[in-house]
Amino acid sequence: MVDVKVQNVSKSYEKGKVLALNEVSFEVEKGELFGLIGPDGAGKTSLFRILTTLIDFDQGEASVLSFDVNKDLKKIRKEVGYMPGRFSLYQDLTVEENLEFFATIFNTSIEENYDLVREIYVQIEPFKDRKAGKLSGGMKQKLALCCALIHRPKVLFLDEPTTGVDTVSRKEFWEMLKRLKEQEITILVSTPYMDEAMLCERIALIQHGSIMSIDSPKGIISKYPDPLYGIKSADMSRLLRLLQDQERVKSANSFGEYHHVSLVEPDSANMDRLLDSLRMEGLEQLEMKPIKPSIEDCFIHLMKEQHGETSH
Amino acid sequence: MRTLIFLLKKEFRQIFRNKALLPVIFVMPIIQLLILPLAADYEIKNISIGIVDHDRSTVSRDLINRIVGSGYFRLVDYNASFDQAFKKIESDKADLILEIPTRFSASIGAGDPQKLFLAVNAINGTKANLGAAYLSSIIQQLGSDLILEKQLSSGSAFSSINVVSSNWFNPTMNYAFFMVPGILALLVTMVGAYLCALNIVKEKEIGTIEQINVTPIRKHHFILGKLLPFWIIGIVVFTIGLFVVGYGVYGIVPQGNILVLYACVALYLIALLGLGLLISTYSETQQQAMSVTFFFMMIFLLMSGLFTPIESMPEWSQWIAKSNPVTYFIEVIRMNVLKGSGFSDIKLHVGVMVFFAIFFNSWAILNYRKTS
Repeated sequence: MVDVKVQNVSKSYEKGKVLALNEVSFEVEKGELFGLIGPDGAGKTSLFRILTTLIDFDQGEASVLSFDVNKDLKKIRKEVGYMPGRFSLYQDLTVEENLEFFATIFNTSIEENYDLVREIYVQIEPFKDRKAGKLSGGMKQKLALCCALIHRPKVLFLDEPTTGVDTVSRKEFWEMLKRLKEQEITILVSTPYMDEAMLCERIALIQHGSIMSIDSPKGIISKYPDPLYGIKSADMSRLLRLLQDQERVKSANSFGEYHHVSLVEPDSANMDRLLDSLRMEGLEQLEMKPIKPSIEDCFIHLMKEQHGETSH
Repeated sequence: MRTLIFLLKKEFRQIFRNKALLPVIFVMPIIQLLILPLAADYEIKNISIGIVDHDRSTVSRDLINRIVGSGYFRLVDYNASFDQAFKKIESDKADLILEIPTRFSASIGAGDPQKLFLAVNAINGTKANLGAAYLSSIIQQLGSDLILEKQLSSGSAFSSINVVSSNWFNPTMNYAFFMVPGILALLVTMVGAYLCALNIVKEKEIGTIEQINVTPIRKHHFILGKLLPFWIIGIVVFTIGLFVVGYGVYGIVPQGNILVLYACVALYLIALLGLGLLISTYSETQQQAMSVTFFFMMIFLLMSGLFTPIESMPEWSQWIAKSNPVTYFIEVIRMNVLKGSGFSDIKLHVGVMVFFAIFFNSWAILNYRKTS
């Protein structure tokens, strides 16, 4: 069963001047953990706001749980949970009061659905009399997730839930999402962090309002066309400049410890020739090895490909 | 109904938790009611006067005694030359100069009409006007006394017309009686429009409205949940002001029917809450809402007849005053509290307030629908 269906949805702001979404289409199956991966300004939040019935769009069709987002707003609102990117709970109410508030306006009670939030709520329960505004970032995010879950939604929309949260809390958060999946809750999550993409079942890479690719993370990686090498030396910034000037090099990008490089003719002879010429330039401690592409490599590759298409 | 009660609970919880808002709601009104009526008094005392006396007779001395004895004036200069006295005006030491011509008393004694010269420093308009008016009445009194004296001594008896006025509805002309009802109206206005607008915009600014909008909560429940608390607080503030400060401190007993008075407060608050809601639909941040509300409050209050009578405004600004809801409410409170007017006397006012209530609220709701 398809829980979320988006077909050719376009959305522009400021009377058509700014195109936020350009004919976006995708489907999310029931119980799936689906990720929207893209940088800031890619259109992720606009898409979430359309699906949660908060804003209109210009053209296309969108439905959640087979309800049209334009017509059956009320039915959708009863069945979905939404956690906006910005912390949007009452800062002057306590943890418990916030949870009670959202339970009540969905005509339910904390007790009724406690089993669903228990695992998360026990972590913030020691602070239940603290005002929400006084919680740490990770705690706030856990409370927001509890509030989005307290009415046992069928579909959960999480807009950049891990932005501005520390690494440990981020990891914990994704573990919570995996457990929620066992409850057959369909989850749509957006994130600008490429490493989190691997934790989703299927992802859509989105850039400038268009979806570049939809597949499982592994599927996306397997579509990366060229063998990829990691290369490093003592002077990384000079290395990158030199790599980008080399004719043999198809692409070179900075990725932390190693620069990721793909070659025009990827064979070991070509690789040796590249290393030789770099040594000639006086670079020391050169090291080059084949590596597996990451989602980020795929994203950059797709971005360049698309950019190349549009600029011709 | 359950949702609404829960929303109200949440709203009151937040209001009572707000350490900055609470004093604004309950302490500030009382302080305003205690300070403003006593300070904002139209009677002007201590007007500085310089007198140039060319006559130096018993009549001129009598006049000077009357002026100084009236309690309104302070003699700062007694001089024989106008030029010297005028320096006092230039250096802002005197507000008025009265010049008594030579042969003043002699001419009056002979029955010739005499002229006194009055120079007014008009930089402070109110002070100058009132000072000149007080002085004129003193001089007139002197004139009629002199005539009376002359008639008595000559034995011819023809009566003069004597005007005696009595102040209805406020016999002792106690200024507080006039100001307290007006300031009460001001307080209700502030609570209604100001606090209500800020409260709704706060939800927008913090982003909570986003979260609320994805819930099945009904729009009218949400709006009612926002307006009702301030409607109740407005009535409570009015009650405290009327009974604790108005009666307790100033001894003002409302002359009219209390139920009619409260019905008007309730109605007026609905109109003003509508205005608050309207402003909130057009603002994105509390700062914007505050600036817009402040603009309206200033105009509404200054053009409402609270401090200056509407009748003395130019015609164009009388029209502004007439399209100002605060004007009608202040009149209703003054009429009810001081005069004891019943419903039939304020029918027009009630009608106008009903109009404003419908006008502001429907505009606000239309715009609220459009923006969300």
